[in-house]
Parts: sequence; structure tokens; C-alpha cells
Amino acid sequence: MALLTAQNVTLGYDNTTVVEDLNFEVNSGDYLCIVGENGSGKTTLMKTILRLKNSLSGKIFTGEGLRQNEIGYLPQQTEVQRDFPASVWEIVLSGCLNKCGIRPFYSKKEKMLARENMERMGIAHLEKRCYRELSGGQQQRVLLARALCATSKMLLLDEPVAGLDPKATAELYEVIDKLNKEYGITVIMISHDISAAVKYASHILHISHKPLFFGKTEDYVKSHIGQAFTQGGQGV
Amino acid sequence: MTENFSKLADYLRFDFVRNALIVGVLIALCSSLLGVTLVLKRFSFIGDGLSHVAFGAMSVAAVVGLTDQMALVLPVTVISAIILLSMGQGSKLKGDAAIAMISVGALAVGYLLQNVFSTSTNVSGDVCSTLFGSTSILTLSKGDVWTCIILSALVLAVFIVFYNKIFAVTFDESFSQATGIRAKAYNLLIAVVIAVIIVLAMNLVGSLLVSALIIFPALSAMRLFKSFRGVVICSAIISVFCALIGILISIVAGTPVGSTVVVTDLAVFAIFALIGVVKK
Repeated sequence: MALLTAQNVTLGYDNTTVVEDLNFEVNSGDYLCIVGENGSGKTTLMKTILRLKNSLSGKIFTGEGLRQNEIGYLPQQTEVQRDFPASVWEIVLSGCLNKCGIRPFYSKKEKMLARENMERMGIAHLEKRCYRELSGGQQQRVLLARALCATSKMLLLDEPVAGLDPKATAELYEVIDKLNKEYGITVIMISHDISAAVKYASHILHISHKPLFFGKTEDYVKSHIGQAFTQGGQGV
Repeated sequence: MTENFSKLADYLRFDFVRNALIVGVLIALCSSLLGVTLVLKRFSFIGDGLSHVAFGAMSVAAVVGLTDQMALVLPVTVISAIILLSMGQGSKLKGDAAIAMISVGALAVGYLLQNVFSTSTNVSGDVCSTLFGSTSILTLSKGDVWTCIILSALVLAVFIVFYNKIFAVTFDESFSQATGIRAKAYNLLIAVVIAVIIVLAMNLVGSLLVSALIIFPALSAMRLFKSFRGVVICSAIISVFCALIGILISIVAGTPVGSTVVVTDLAVFAIFALIGVVKK
């Protein structure tokens, strides 16, 4: 039984199919990168995993005791967030909300968890700062810390380095790698950055309206599609 | 100056003035709290649209001859809020167009009804007072005051109990939903509370100016404060302060209550915006 399994999944909107026949498994400790061109269905797939959308057919289910609300999520930034007046502390703490249930306020335990995750992400000193005044890299760390409050098992990241400068990009990849290797958190990441995907991920899922490849990264690099994409598609 | 103060002291002896102050402060407090969420979620116009719906409903209530207009206006506005909100999410008729349509439609229907079926001799006076709330705050009955106190208490309680959830849903709806917070349900709750606030606030500033009462304090507070809690508390203080000052000025100077309160809000916004620019 895997942590997350997709069986014959077809995704799309209303009458248009975006991806067909997806089959893959994510096991505990994996680092899966989902790659593919724009509009190939990556974000749709992620939304379906998070149950923000329903699949047209087939099913995606969790296993090994991973509950649906225990998947941490790092979404792409929205327009609303760019000028949102909120302190780092408020945002990180809001990740603990799924532990509150119907209790209206946070307990000591949740506040400790939030503090712990801020230290893990190296943003403890930013606690009182306003989110909208932080750099792009810092903002992503805040959102990562929030996601970590919601999960200790699985993180879903939607193009986490989009819009970051090269230094912040490299740092963020290191942080995510550390979460995967040291803390054993399973990572599923959507990425445009194929060179980083090949460097860090243990598994690759390449989709373009249908699944082109799913398997270990070392096999992907040797495969026909992998070679075409890694050489021709640098920085796509 | 002293003359004005003694005039004020005179007025404060009247029940209707004290009622106006109590109700005004409560309405200002409630409307400012959710204003922050409304502004941040880009829902400002929903407030405006709903206030027009409330105007339409009030006209219908007046024509039918209901003694308790609230009994019709409140449910109609709440239902419209729910419809408007669900329209905004991925339907064919886009959110802003739907709001514009409903709001001007309700306005037209309301005025038409009042004009055709009106029993009073001063139709334009009636319409004007519903739109700009010129006198209703000073003619509140005991029952109105109690309704207002109870509804305000409810709004406050809901806001405090769901504060953390409202924050999470406002900041990032998809994250909340993905981690098991029922974002859609909270959106609905927010819409219902806003509808209640709008119906309440129509008493103070009239239906055309309601959205000013909701968004101005939030916008002012956002110029200066950097945490969500800071913005919420500051906008509540601004709103209560402006309502008090506005009502008092209007009593002394004999100006219309609603527009005086809104102009005070506008002045505070100008000051805060200026300070915000200078601080940068």
C-alpha cells in the first residue's frame, strides 16, 4: 500500500479532457517531480490530489494512514496575498487550523508547533514582520512553514521557485531537499525546472495530456523522452 | 464653541439621541470588522450590490404595508448574498457583472414600486431617506434598538469565534480547503454576516452609503498596520470614532447623519493615507 495511489485517472474541465490514463504511486519518503509543458495538466492533477477538484474518472486515494487533510500544500501565490496585511506569525499559525477542529482558538501545543517550524525554515527572526514586505524567497519559506504545520508526512509544492532569483531558488531547493532527506517528508513537486527536477527528485512523472513517463529519475534520464526533454528543454 | 457643547449636552438628554448613538456605535463596530475580509477578498462591490438589494426589498415591504420591514428585508438580503457569492465561483456569469446587474436591477424595481404604489404624499422624500438614511437613525423605536443590539452581539460573537478561520480563508482559500477547512462554508458564513450588517447599517447611513461604512475603516487601517489583527482592531476603532464624531456633528450642525459619518471616514482615510506615504 502506497502513501498516494492514482488509478486510471482522467482529469479535465466540463467536456474537455486534460490528462488521460494516469497511473502512479507515491511511497513514503519519495521525492516526486511532475514535469511537462504549460497546460499539460500538472496543476489540475495537483488540485485533484488535494480534492479541490474531482477527477472525470478513475481514482486517487491515500494510504498508510495518511488522512486527506494531512497533505501540506504550497500553492502558487495569488494576487490577494501580495498586498495582504498579515504578520509571519499569523500566517504560519494558520497552518495549524486543521488540528483545531471545532475549537475556535489555538492551543499552546499548536503555537509551539508553529514556532518549531519557523525555526526549521530559518524564519524565526521574521516573526513580527509583515508578509508583503518580505522577499520572494522569504515568503515561500513562510508558506512552507505553514504547510509543515498542517502535515508531517506529505508536501505538495506548485512551482515553488517561480519568480525567485537564482540564489533564492537554490536555497529553496536545498530546504526542500533537507525536509525530504532529514525529516522524511514525502514531496510532490510541480516544476518547470527540469535540471533541478533531475538533480533532486527520486521519481519523475512526465505528462503531456497523457503520461509520457513515470519512474525513477535515473531511468528517466536514460529514457528517450527524458533525454529529449533534459537536453532540448533546458529551462522550459 | 461652548455654545455648541451646551447645545450637545441639551440634546444628549433626549432618548432618541442616546439611542442613535448606541445604535450608531454598534453598527460601526460590526461593519468595520468584516470590512477587512471584504476588501482583501476583493468583495467590496458585493457590499454595494447587497445594499441595493436591501433597498429594493424595503420598497416591497413598504408597498405591501408590512409593519415589521426587517422580517422581509433581512431574509431577502441574506439569500441574495448567498446567490452573489456562489455566482462568483466559476459560473458563466462573472461575479462583477452579476453584482452590477442585481444591484441596479433592485434599485430600479425598488424606486418604481415606491413611485407607483406609494401611499405617502412625499415619494421623493421617502426614497431619499432610504437611500441616504437621512432621518431613520433619529426615529428608532425601542424595538429597533433592541433588534440592533441583539444582531450586533450575534455578529460580534460569530466574528470572534471564527476569527482564525476567517483569517485562513481570507488569506488562502485553496490551502485552507486542501487542509480540511471547509472554506466554502466559511465563505457562506461571511456572506450571511455581511448581509445582516448591511441591513443594520442602512439605518445609520442609508443604502447608497453602506459600503462606505464597511470598506473605509479597513482601507484606512491597512495604510498603517501590518498584521491582520492590527488592521482589524484599528479599523474597529476608526469606525466607532468616526460614527460618534459624525453623529455628534450632524446633531450640532444639523447636517444629514449618514453623509456626515461617511465624510468623517473619508477624512480619516485621507489622514491615514498621508501618514502612510510619509512613513515610507
